[in-house]
Amino acid sequence: MPWLKVGVFLLALLPFIKLILGFYQDDLGANPIEKITHTTGFWTLSFLLITLTATPLRLITHWSWPIRLRRMLGLFAFFYACLHFLTYLILDQFFDAAAIIEDISKRPYITLGFTAFVLLTPLAISSNDTITRKIGSKNWRRLHSLIYPIAIVGVIHFAWLVKKDLSTPLMFAGLLSTLLLIRLFYRR
Amino acid sequence: MKTSYSSTIPASEITPKTLFEQRRRFIQMATGVSAALLANPLLANEKLTASASSAYGLTDELTPLKDITRYNNFYEFGTDKESPAKRASSLITRPWTISVEGEVEKPQTFDIDQLLKLAPIEERIYRLRCVEAWSMVVPWLGYPLAELIKRVQPTSAAHYVEFISLHDPEQMPGQRSPVLQWPYKEGLRIDEAMHPLTLLTFGLYGELLPKQNGAPVRMVIPWKYGFKSAKSIVKIRFVEQQPVSSWMQAGPNEYGFYANVNPAVDHPRWSQAKERRIGDFLKRPTLPFNGYADQVASLYNGMDLTKDF
Ligand code: HEM
Repeated sequence: MPWLKVGVFLLALLPFIKLILGFYQDDLGANPIEKITHTTGFWTLSFLLITLTATPLRLITHWSWPIRLRRMLGLFAFFYACLHFLTYLILDQFFDAAAIIEDISKRPYITLGFTAFVLLTPLAISSNDTITRKIGSKNWRRLHSLIYPIAIVGVIHFAWLVKKDLSTPLMFAGLLSTLLLIRLFYRR
Repeated sequence: MKTSYSSTIPASEITPKTLFEQRRRFIQMATGVSAALLANPLLANEKLTASASSAYGLTDELTPLKDITRYNNFYEFGTDKESPAKRASSLITRPWTISVEGEVEKPQTFDIDQLLKLAPIEERIYRLRCVEAWSMVVPWLGYPLAELIKRVQPTSAAHYVEFISLHDPEQMPGQRSPVLQWPYKEGLRIDEAMHPLTLLTFGLYGELLPKQNGAPVRMVIPWKYGFKSAKSIVKIRFVEQQPVSSWMQAGPNEYGFYANVNPAVDHPRWSQAKERRIGDFLKRPTLPFNGYADQVASLYNGMDLTKDF
């Protein structure tokens, strides 16, 4: 079903394309850097959760196609995480090493975001077929179970950074718990 | 007798905004801000006497009106910055009264039109520093709150002033969410309230306040984080005890009563050392008291500002 993959690929690129267009049309609001940070962070977390939907969906429906999309979806989470981190590094802090080190070491929400990003990187690298074969499926599965703590840490990162309105982070927390509970339910 | 400012016709309909802005830019470049205040024909037309004082002029570039009116923290209309501009049209700003009460000899209720004529309106170009580490430069229109305070004659027990904003979820849909305790409340110490920089504000950029900016009347206290400047005020109360503001209730360890802009005291979750001026790419260092230290630092002599943040 290559058309499915192509379609999902293009859909997953939409937030990125919208950002690029918004940038060129000067349509990102009064504070474009904040807008880019928030959009890329939002889609990183969203793609982590969408990736985590594949297994529950298969468990419930016995369809196999969600699993075949899983790798691409996970790589999109990493793609948006890279954009998110680069936005922080370049647009927000402009390579101010002292400020970045202080942020990562002193500000828990940045510490958590950074941790999630660091943990996500080996998952992205090992998604390639050669490496997957080399490390073996057991190790691969062990490594990729990191996606659960990564998603949890991502939600906490979000909840910790909002000034007061917790509604969106709580929505993500609710969705993530539901996905994890479905797995637990089927594992019994 | 009615002055033209008591009508609700926005000033922009009298002088086209582009013309106004061109003129402003030209005058500012040519002769500096203080001359602009004297020469501004719009204010003269509106029978608003501009102050000749240059003490409140800034060399900072003004933030465009477009950004000032589309990027607002005004939780009464939603918690994201775009919501106020989209949703504030439901706010009804006429008729409007402010009741001034508490520890004063002459408690009274002012009509908004009465307030507009109480003292000469000045244009004050102030920096605005948000606690979220962004900033703007806004040409406000108003007069010192001290003008109002003098007229109600605070008693010796009036140590603090409390500002209370409108509470009406019909007009302010964001109040249906308990994200803050409504109505929005803020406060100042009486000497802060009497300070000449503390502005009772009715307009910006030569117009009456846009609704998303706190129409029809708000506070502007330029050396404090933006949330200290209450919007859409309906009540001013003089009290003996330090009032508890909405943000102090929301996060006592994050938001103090004073909330003076201070690059040396971080927010518990983020740094206050730098700020992004809206429109700039690189951040700039934040100045103590938002650059107004010469005028206001003496108010806090002997206080530990890391404790009284
Ligand atoms: C997998 C890793 C990460 C995830 C899932 C993630 C997720 C998010 C989300 C959901 C938001 C809020 C978006 C919104 O408001 O709609 C956000 C904001 C933000 N993130 Fe991340 N993030 C990650 C990594 C990082 C890293 C590595 C950094 C920096 C070192 C970082 C710094 C920030 C900053 C500065 C903000 C905005 C804070 C503010 O508005 O004050 N994040 N992130």
